Amino acid sequence: MELELKGITKRFGSLVANDGIDLVVAPGQVHALLGENGAGKSTLMNVLFGLLQPDNGEILIDHKKVTIHSPNDAIAAGIGMVHQHFMLVPVFTVAENVTLGHEETRPGGLLDRRKARADVRELSRRYGLEVDPDALVENLPVGIQQRVEIVKALVRNANVLILDEPTAVLTPAETQDLFRIIRELKAGGTSIIFISHKLKEVQAIADTISVLRRGKVVGQAAPTATEDQLAALMVGRDVQLVVSKDPAKPADVVLAVDGLTVTDETGRIWVNDLSFDVRGGEILGFAGVQGNGQTELCEALMGLRPIAAGQITLNSRDITHATPRRRLHSGIGYIPEDRQEDGLIGAFTVAENMVLDVYDRKPYASGIRLNLGAIEKNAAERIPEFDVRTTSADNPVGTLSGGNQQKVILARELGHEPKLLIASQPTRGLDVGSIEFVHKRIVAARDGGAAVMIVSAELDEIYALADRIAVMYEGRITGFRPPTVPVEELGKLMAGSTDAEAGAPGPPGPPPSQRAAAASGLRSDEGATREDTASKRPGGEEGEK
Amino acid sequence: MSEQVPHRPFWKKALFAVMEGNVVTVTVLAIFTAMVIGGLLTAFTNTAVLNAWGVFFSSPWHAINLAWDTAIGVYIELFEGSIFSPHTIAQLFQQASMSTALHDGYLSSVFTPISNTCLQATPLLLTGLAVALPYQAGLFNIGGESQWIGGAIVATYLGYGVSMPPGIHVIVCVLGGCVGGAVVGGAVGLLKATTGAHEVIVTIMLNYIMADFLAYLLSFHYLMQAPGVNPISPNIDSDSYLPHLFGPSLYVNVGFLISLAAAVFVWWLLTRTTTGFEFRAIGKNPSAARVAGVNVERNWVLVMVVAGGLAGLAAAAVIQGTDFQLTGTAYGTYGIDAITVALLGRGKPGGVVWAALLFGALYAGAPGMESITGTPGSIVDVLQALIVMFVAAPPLIRAVYRLRTTRAAGVSQVLSKGWNA
Repeated sequence: MELELKGITKRFGSLVANDGIDLVVAPGQVHALLGENGAGKSTLMNVLFGLLQPDNGEILIDHKKVTIHSPNDAIAAGIGMVHQHFMLVPVFTVAENVTLGHEETRPGGLLDRRKARADVRELSRRYGLEVDPDALVENLPVGIQQRVEIVKALVRNANVLILDEPTAVLTPAETQDLFRIIRELKAGGTSIIFISHKLKEVQAIADTISVLRRGKVVGQAAPTATEDQLAALMVGRDVQLVVSKDPAKPADVVLAVDGLTVTDETGRIWVNDLSFDVRGGEILGFAGVQGNGQTELCEALMGLRPIAAGQITLNSRDITHATPRRRLHSGIGYIPEDRQEDGLIGAFTVAENMVLDVYDRKPYASGIRLNLGAIEKNAAERIPEFDVRTTSADNPVGTLSGGNQQKVILARELGHEPKLLIASQPTRGLDVGSIEFVHKRIVAARDGGAAVMIVSAELDEIYALADRIAVMYEGRITGFRPPTVPVEELGKLMAGSTDAEAGAPGPPGPPPSQRAAAASGLRSDEGATREDTASKRPGGEEGEK
Repeated sequence: MSEQVPHRPFWKKALFAVMEGNVVTVTVLAIFTAMVIGGLLTAFTNTAVLNAWGVFFSSPWHAINLAWDTAIGVYIELFEGSIFSPHTIAQLFQQASMSTALHDGYLSSVFTPISNTCLQATPLLLTGLAVALPYQAGLFNIGGESQWIGGAIVATYLGYGVSMPPGIHVIVCVLGGCVGGAVVGGAVGLLKATTGAHEVIVTIMLNYIMADFLAYLLSFHYLMQAPGVNPISPNIDSDSYLPHLFGPSLYVNVGFLISLAAAVFVWWLLTRTTTGFEFRAIGKNPSAARVAGVNVERNWVLVMVVAGGLAGLAAAAVIQGTDFQLTGTAYGTYGIDAITVALLGRGKPGGVVWAALLFGALYAGAPGMESITGTPGSIVDVLQALIVMFVAAPPLIRAVYRLRTTRAAGVSQVLSKGWNA
């Protein structure tokens, strides 16, 4: 079935989210929609799925005009959608979730569970989905939950499947599995609309790429187009995918961690006897598959998690048992992994969020009195400095796009010149333009003399930023490497090989040259064999609103 | 994303704001709707009106007029009993001179209704704040009642059990009431902070405990029972009475000023202090607050201490302002009314002031309305319930008045968030 969108226009007040968009999706094709957050990708798909009504334009299926007023119309027309945030009932089984909304009954009004289970099993077998119809959804990892969503669409005979930012919540290994499933679906004749702002994924899976910018289709590209070309199309200017930086000039040790061990309430060891130093003026990058203790390490460093053993020293002061507030006061800046949960208060204004962890210090407070003038002035200075796009400093921060929210956090944490910056997944969910900005600011903080610790699941990011790479596996550091290390070697370390097995250990000092390995296009796939609990939470990522 | 706001004349902006159904509009329309339904209810439960419907076909206008007059009559009497009554003004001007008018109480009778409204509003405002403040910090305080009792016990005991110089006695009693409430409130916060017990459960259970504790205190002469067989405390000393604001003939007393000052204090605390910043932060996103260095548990205790203190002040205002002794049922429905007031005021100090004045007016007007029109005073409870019901259902109000459905998410959040916040 061929799907065609003609001149779709959708306005929200004075904002034109979709401006005369034309798009043709051929049968059995993966059509990628690439665009920055806020480019109008999700709006377009919501129009196609009947969640929004377009102001102008029409939708044609096999050259016949159709009207789609609701998701039911869309499903009847053979369009299925997997939302970024899954629409599943956690306490229901897979089969129950799949059948929900079009339950088939046996005589007497009883649910035909057997049929539902058989349907799931049949689809699972045909496309290699490997979904157990009797599993409870809440017990499934995110990647499998996503497959349940795909099964839901397929059971309803979807010929066109819309995947809205499907990889945002997946681990690298789960992403690879998803790509395999997409290829199987394609081979079966299903068309896929794949929405993303990640260049590599789009190159890897798409047959055709349409680039959206500010509500318009600004270009079509083949998957052979280079990353730089795609990025330039997306952002509308040339983008530095790897920030240029001078060699690090490491100074004194700022953060010294010695024998740190962190366990959770159940006694599970997350961080196991970890020791490392971070010096002023250098960036230490923690590579590793998510769920290997990086989150727990950062939280323990911030005092948000009890420490079982070990010592943390900041500028030769012992802060092992200090409260989070005292650590913040002694000069740590922290960019948490989950910005909406831990980094920002969505209902607070931009100005308030910009002082969220310094509100009790001068000049923002004297005694218990808040100095609203100083808070306002701070926002007025930081908003242009960090290029936060908001109509007013009094807007709730929850109304900003993901990239702008991250800039608010950066403005807060970097605006007060921290001695140590701990940044966990600093660019997760951001588009290329924002990533470039965040990277530049982090490098600038290093050049200003701050000690910087980066945790990232994106190897590209580690290569682009780190002066020294530490690889974490199951709560331990399996090796330190300079950023010139080949990807394969990092991969082995991330999979748990020790220094000796993974090749000659490099000296744990700053390397001579920086950018050598930066172009390597791999994410941290290698070691992602175990299920990490951290990835079970959907959400945390946001697309355009 | 540059949004161009087209220039509009003022009246258009105002109309737009109304049509968008913002918070104030929805509240006003909710009150209006409740009054319409309340009016229908009074008209159709009145026996005279029902008899008139019986002869509808012989004299149709009679029935309709009678129904209208009955409904309107209730509101006129409520208004005259709570705001002002034109008759009192007429009487005032019939007096020969200003001095006789003053002497015979004609001037004060003009202000009697508004004075009664303020008097009724005082405890509602204070207990309403005791719910609204913790709400801002993400806690749902159902325990206005137990905190009120805690304050009442201390204020009453200090009132009759201790003798002090006049000026000091009244202050000590008020502060004692505040402390009594704060102890009960603080206990809730402490239990939540140390054991993780949910504040809704704890406060509800404490309501029973404190009510029974009060009954216990009032059943033994060596505890708080006055001589005699009734469960009632001795009268407090007249030194500890809250002074009237405008002479003896108007009942409104210093308690009303205390309640207004408390509202200003809560507003200041929430918007102008680091403590309030922390309260609001843990209310909106406790995990981000924790990451930002806020001690969430400590703030739970603190906010409940302050809330309990406010409820204790309400008790002091009642004991020292109007009751002058403590009975086993003096707490009445303050705890539940406080939730309604806080809901109608949308958890904001300013809103709570208006809500308390509205409900205070309803209570002040009810007795007069009942005796003049014969409509049961409980119509006031019905009105109160209807108002809260409509305020809690903004989509209903927007649908009835065809308002646009932007904004106005505030209240549904109040209700839906309450239990797990």
